[in-house]
Amino acid sequence: MTAWLVRRLLWGALTVVGVLLFLFVLFFATAHPEDIARRALGEKAPPEAIAQWIANHGYDRPRLWNPADPTDTILFEHFRRMLTFDFGKSDADDVPIAQRLRQGVGASLSLTLPLFLLGIPLALAASLVVAFFRETYIDRVGVVLAVVAMSVSILIYILSGQYLIGVLLKWFPISGFDPDPAVVMRFLALPVGVGLLHGLGSDVRFYRTVFVEEGSKDYVRTAFAKGAGEGRVMARHVLPNAMIPILTHEVVRIPGLFTGALLLESFFGIPGLGSITVDAIHANDFATLRVMVYVGALLFIAAQIVTDVAYTIADPRVRLS
Amino acid sequence: MSTLAAPRAEEPLVEVEGLVTTFPAGAGRRVAVVDGVDLAIGRGEVLALVGESGCGKSLTALSIVRLVPRPGRVEAGRVRLAGQVLDGRNPELWRRVRGGAIGMVFQEPMTSLNPVLTVGAQVAEVVRLHERVSRAEARRRARSLFEQVGIPDPAARLDAYPHQLSGGLKQRAMIAMALAARPALLIADEPTTALDVTVQAQILELLRRLGRELGMAVLLITHDLGVVNELADRVAVMYAGRVVEQGTRREILATPRHPYTEALLRALPARAPRGARLAEIPGAVPPPEAWPAGCRFADRCPRRFAPCEAAPDWTRLSATHAVRCHAVAGGRA
Amino acid sequence: MSLEPHVATNLGVAALLALGALAAFRVRRSPFWRERLAEVARRRPWALAVIALYVVVAGLDAVSWRDAGPGLGEPRSALERLFPADFREASYSAPLAEVEFYGGAPLRHPGRHLLGTDILGRDVLLLTLQGAKVALLVGGLTCAIAIPLALLIGVPAGWFGGRLDDLVFFLISTLASMPSILLLIALVTAIGRGPLQVCFALAVTGWVGFCRLARAETLKIRELDYVQAARALGVSTPRILWRHVLPNLTHLVVITFVLTFSGLVLSEAVLSWLGLGLDGSWGQMIDQARDELSRSPVIWWNLGAASFALFGLILAVNRVGDAVRDVLDPRTLREGA
Repeated sequence: MTAWLVRRLLWGALTVVGVLLFLFVLFFATAHPEDIARRALGEKAPPEAIAQWIANHGYDRPRLWNPADPTDTILFEHFRRMLTFDFGKSDADDVPIAQRLRQGVGASLSLTLPLFLLGIPLALAASLVVAFFRETYIDRVGVVLAVVAMSVSILIYILSGQYLIGVLLKWFPISGFDPDPAVVMRFLALPVGVGLLHGLGSDVRFYRTVFVEEGSKDYVRTAFAKGAGEGRVMARHVLPNAMIPILTHEVVRIPGLFTGALLLESFFGIPGLGSITVDAIHANDFATLRVMVYVGALLFIAAQIVTDVAYTIADPRVRLS
Repeated sequence: MSTLAAPRAEEPLVEVEGLVTTFPAGAGRRVAVVDGVDLAIGRGEVLALVGESGCGKSLTALSIVRLVPRPGRVEAGRVRLAGQVLDGRNPELWRRVRGGAIGMVFQEPMTSLNPVLTVGAQVAEVVRLHERVSRAEARRRARSLFEQVGIPDPAARLDAYPHQLSGGLKQRAMIAMALAARPALLIADEPTTALDVTVQAQILELLRRLGRELGMAVLLITHDLGVVNELADRVAVMYAGRVVEQGTRREILATPRHPYTEALLRALPARAPRGARLAEIPGAVPPPEAWPAGCRFADRCPRRFAPCEAAPDWTRLSATHAVRCHAVAGGRA
Repeated sequence: MSLEPHVATNLGVAALLALGALAAFRVRRSPFWRERLAEVARRRPWALAVIALYVVVAGLDAVSWRDAGPGLGEPRSALERLFPADFREASYSAPLAEVEFYGGAPLRHPGRHLLGTDILGRDVLLLTLQGAKVALLVGGLTCAIAIPLALLIGVPAGWFGGRLDDLVFFLISTLASMPSILLLIALVTAIGRGPLQVCFALAVTGWVGFCRLARAETLKIRELDYVQAARALGVSTPRILWRHVLPNLTHLVVITFVLTFSGLVLSEAVLSWLGLGLDGSWGQMIDQARDELSRSPVIWWNLGAASFALFGLILAVNRVGDAVRDVLDPRTLREGA
């Protein structure tokens, strides 16, 4: 077991290296430092200011190979700094990126954690109901509703949510954020609600498929032949087996949390990591974007490792082979 | 219609009468895939239900315990167990009967066991579903059942997961599960088809021994005449949803009278003279949608003649042997 | 010799039509595909009709030409020609209105704008219809890049195994580790905003899933009896791949295409909202309409039309996608259902 864990972690580390390489190629091999400088300082900036900016941000070093000092290349610096979490300053406004990250994490978590933790039981409950009534009209209506729900763009959910609830009904504020625990729920209610609604359709459809598939397997027939009732079969036999594909799905959802969080934070004015990313896009702040993709990848790789460990707990076939 | 009752002095332990199960056949029609099947099995007796794939034998087994998958439906059929009639419409009754009075063993032990539960837990579950016992007691019972079905090192095996057991051991565990609540009837649907030949013989021997020791009626579903020879006391031959011949093992294997049974036995490679071409039955089994109302074997039958347009009735050939064939009835065969 | 853009598009449409005719011909000759596609048509006639409608509209907008006669005007598409020439106003106007929304000045084409006009005075109905071409382009072009790419990398990985497979697996893991929205943003920011670049970025984030599937399926096909027989008979590898492996992947290609299409269009909408999408897409209309909701009285027709058009296409494609997957699913294929 430990040997497996070590190998898994090593593979994760290798993937991190791959990500850094990819980022290097993407950001440093394609964009011209002068363009970036010009975007940051403005089109009319004098050449000396541009040159100074380029030097300050380290874009003037040779990219791959420096015969004088192999460690004085953009490639090396890129790796060194990312791996030591020395993120440097934003290309747009020189604010240290790490500082921004620290400021934004709290707000992001306050949005994504409820979204993730509430979304799973909600979807599970809905799909269990639909799967229980499989092949009846409840099931058919449920599936069609789910498909309709997932055919609506998240933008529409956000806009209509904001308009209906925020403007027309005025139940919750349209946007804004106040970390004070007393009032934070008011600001989170709308984004969390919209986010849950958006994810519900595709989740229910997926879970239902899993339940129906497991339900048609041979061991379920055996369970019924033993005299177990519907409820027991569902809870004791189907659900534990269904957890395995569900686990995979949940992990695949995690990057989706980034998207959702990105848009939700930006629309609802929550100053989290997503907002930072959106601002970076608009300002063409490559340095921040690089860091955000890197951090996102790190989180995802970590989540995958955690899931793999969870698998070994859930599936005895994996554990004991 | 107990024309086919077992030829014993006492009442058969299990009687199935007029079992009909339908499936949708497109355009709102339904076709009877199990078309009026009657079976009777005595205590300690093994009745083999034989037929090719697609003749409805597995569905017959599932229909007896009302486990037919949707969109199939059991339309008719009375099941009498130890003299007591089981009411078709009460689902709670059937839940108690399943696993309790009637135990089932399925074909694929690989997929028929829940992969995330230990085999011990799965066997104990049966006990606790039908009797009020503690977990510890159920576990004890599971252990003794493992011994009974010949699983070596039973105490340790209780905590094994299905994927850790060989095919033979898995099937023994399945049998233990089916026996756990001391059923009157054991239905075994192709129990050895998925196993190695050497293991097959062991499992068949086990089933025979258990049937005798526990006084159960055993309904054995199979397409393998070798298995029939090993294990069966009586045989019922099925074709296209109907039973076409019933008799003792000897009668069926040595002196079959229905053209289909004859053809089946003739087609056995063991019976073919060396070097000669293997006999075969011309044509193929028609799909259920195409089953005629008359004799269903007619268009493949060498003795087909005019009356075969209508469904044949039972002709008694002896106290134990009966056939459904116009040619036999008319003295032409 | 350089082609004018509209001529290139016209040729593109002609090429697509030719490909479509070829595919239809091949389908007619194969009972397998005929049956399956007929089954899909039987289950989802309405959704297919809706999709056909969108395709026709997009096609009309894709074919354009100049008017003959004096003075070189701009080329106009067949779709545009269904509307009056120079069908613009000064700014906003409500659906079927006679006057402008702000100020009340009389319109140039009073009562003719079924869905009103947007901030630049463009007819919203025309804009919405033109969005169909963009949406189909996004889905179609991205898949045209991603699927061959996934096959090119996944099939050899599954077939040859070994080092190649390790390398491909590493590549897939790396790409899959980056949350696709971030990756998309990074790509588009780095390589630019044109249609080809956006589709390429979407393809880069999207090909990984299908690549994994293709690789796994190739592994399975490799062990099939008739493939092993072909190898034993000494059939050359490229021939086996072309004649035995790829045709067995076709149903997966179809399923993947239909199922990912809607996701791609939705992703483009999100990109548009971030300012990184394609011009003229519904996503862009929704983005532009964002602050229209906060005006009073509310300007709803721009957002409404684009949302509805987007929803209609996505829903239809999702419905058809479900049916396609059910009909072509390898499991149902195996069980002969």
